[in-house]
Amino acid sequence: MTIFVFCIALFLIGLYAIVTKRNLIKIIIGFALIEYSVNLLFALIGFRRGALAPIITKVHSAHNFVDPIPQALVLTAIVIALGTTAVMLAIALRIYERYKTFDIAKIKKLKG
Amino acid sequence: MSIIPLYFAIPLITAFAIPLLGKISKTLVWIVATVVSFVLFILALYGIALTQETSMIVYRMGNWPPPLGIVMAFDSFSAFMVLVISIIVFSGCFFSLRYIGHFTGQWKFYTLYMLITAGMMGIAITGDLFNMFVFLEIAAISSYCLVAFGVDAEELEASFKYMVMGEIGGLTFLLAIALLYAKTSTLNLADISNTISSIGMTPFFWTILGMLLFAFSIKAALVPFHTWLPDAHPAAPAPVSSLLSGIFIKVLGIYTTARIVFNIFGLNRANAPVFFNILIGIGLLSIAWAGLSALNQKDYKRLLGYSTVSQIGYIMVGFGIGNYYGVAGAIFYILAHALGKGLLFLTSGSVVHRTGTRDLDKLAGLGEAMSTTAWSYRFGALSLIGLPPLVGFFAKLFIVLGAIKAGLLWLAIIAIGLSVLTLSYLLKIENSVFMKKGKMADIKKAPFSMRIAMVFLVILVLLTGLGFQTLMDFLIGPAANALLRGVEYAQLVFGSFSLNF
Repeated sequence: MTIFVFCIALFLIGLYAIVTKRNLIKIIIGFALIEYSVNLLFALIGFRRGALAPIITKVHSAHNFVDPIPQALVLTAIVIALGTTAVMLAIALRIYERYKTFDIAKIKKLKG
Repeated sequence: MSIIPLYFAIPLITAFAIPLLGKISKTLVWIVATVVSFVLFILALYGIALTQETSMIVYRMGNWPPPLGIVMAFDSFSAFMVLVISIIVFSGCFFSLRYIGHFTGQWKFYTLYMLITAGMMGIAITGDLFNMFVFLEIAAISSYCLVAFGVDAEELEASFKYMVMGEIGGLTFLLAIALLYAKTSTLNLADISNTISSIGMTPFFWTILGMLLFAFSIKAALVPFHTWLPDAHPAAPAPVSSLLSGIFIKVLGIYTTARIVFNIFGLNRANAPVFFNILIGIGLLSIAWAGLSALNQKDYKRLLGYSTVSQIGYIMVGFGIGNYYGVAGAIFYILAHALGKGLLFLTSGSVVHRTGTRDLDKLAGLGEAMSTTAWSYRFGALSLIGLPPLVGFFAKLFIVLGAIKAGLLWLAIIAIGLSVLTLSYLLKIENSVFMKKGKMADIKKAPFSMRIAMVFLVILVLLTGLGFQTLMDFLIGPAANALLRGVEYAQLVFGSFSLNF
């Protein structure tokens, strides 16, 4: 249960950064925090204390293995997170070229 | 050999072949993209023919049986979504030939366009929760790039705003998947459904359902999470606006919500009345709030953006009603709105292409100068308002019928009453752009390829309206039944397999 609480706390810290920070780069760091929290949660869900790597051989019988699926999911999620972060940074850079600022309070050409 | 994986494999392969072809010729890229989207349209029709015989076609990736491997579960509702996606993708692609002409790096546009198609197709046919997330992110990341495609200051700003909201939604979805996996130890939708029916709806599952509803409401731009849409959809190039407003938000937001609520959590109006009333509430709020905001807009595409939020509300109300007519009406509305709004955004594209502005105060007198565009606008708008015999009328009719059958007479009256909003904001464009007398310097007709794309959609608006009974029998009715059969979905996916662990 504790792992859920801590991971969701980290998630909320990231959400707080996204909602309150005015700097584009800090907002992107907020997203990075959320991504870490979810990936950490996945890794911890699959964890078993004192368990073995999930490789079935003649010596080890098929019980008390670490759950391998969350690890595979985390790999995929990391790649997707990499993609989104890269696109975000690219657009933040382009915004900086146009507006000469990272401050979202000054980036408001769109009305309403 | 099953055709199911081709729906996302073909656009995915095309997306990565286009950069190679882009070096040879710009027109070749367009031809390839258009031909591929037409092939998808034919395959979608074939898919509908297939679902008439068997209600569920299951494709096992790598031949791993469920729940071990990823499965593609193709039922009538998926077939319906695939068909609507392919129609809008085809017309948008055809329209792009001239519209994209003034951008540099055109092959990038078609690559992203095909990736978005692959992502949407994948969501519509997948039977695996994490796989759904991956396809959702493929579609979402491509859409962020396409919104920023013009790299003007406003477009970049809109794209960043959209990306912040969209990623909060996407990551909440991922968190919900993680929590669901912790409880059920499976990612297969059918298997999750079985587990939930055996455990029952505990508070934990309600929390997860709340998180999923939050994530999908952002993706579907329901009030109060709609703020990104009126910025992002107008900022994109017109064919992309047509794609995003026409079908994108429905696949990412509405389809996923409906599938998960009805088939996975097995909810219906009888066992979860409060939840369905919440759906109706969100829907009504979206219709009213966004409809009123649309009345104040001075920008052609921005007005249409608010209109999209408002119309999505009707679809949510239809699902919230939750009986056969309500759900069928919502599904019909997905088709009607995809055709109608797709068409309206295409007309905005040809107006912007010829005049270079989308300010309603500056545009005038295009009714004669661009008659095809004007008549296309009129058909699309009348269909959305709900004039018989166009398709929008039957969609609204079924929602209202559903409300009356469910004993919600007040809802039927409000739903009809709020169409006045639709009428008034769509008339605003008609008045200032097409009816108002005025002379804009040497406006030519829209280019031939654009007119073809618009006329294609006009014909579909007319045909689907006139042939609504046939549609109801072969397309909408089976799709509504696929949703309403609830957790039976799981048995159909597993079919004859039973694996015991």
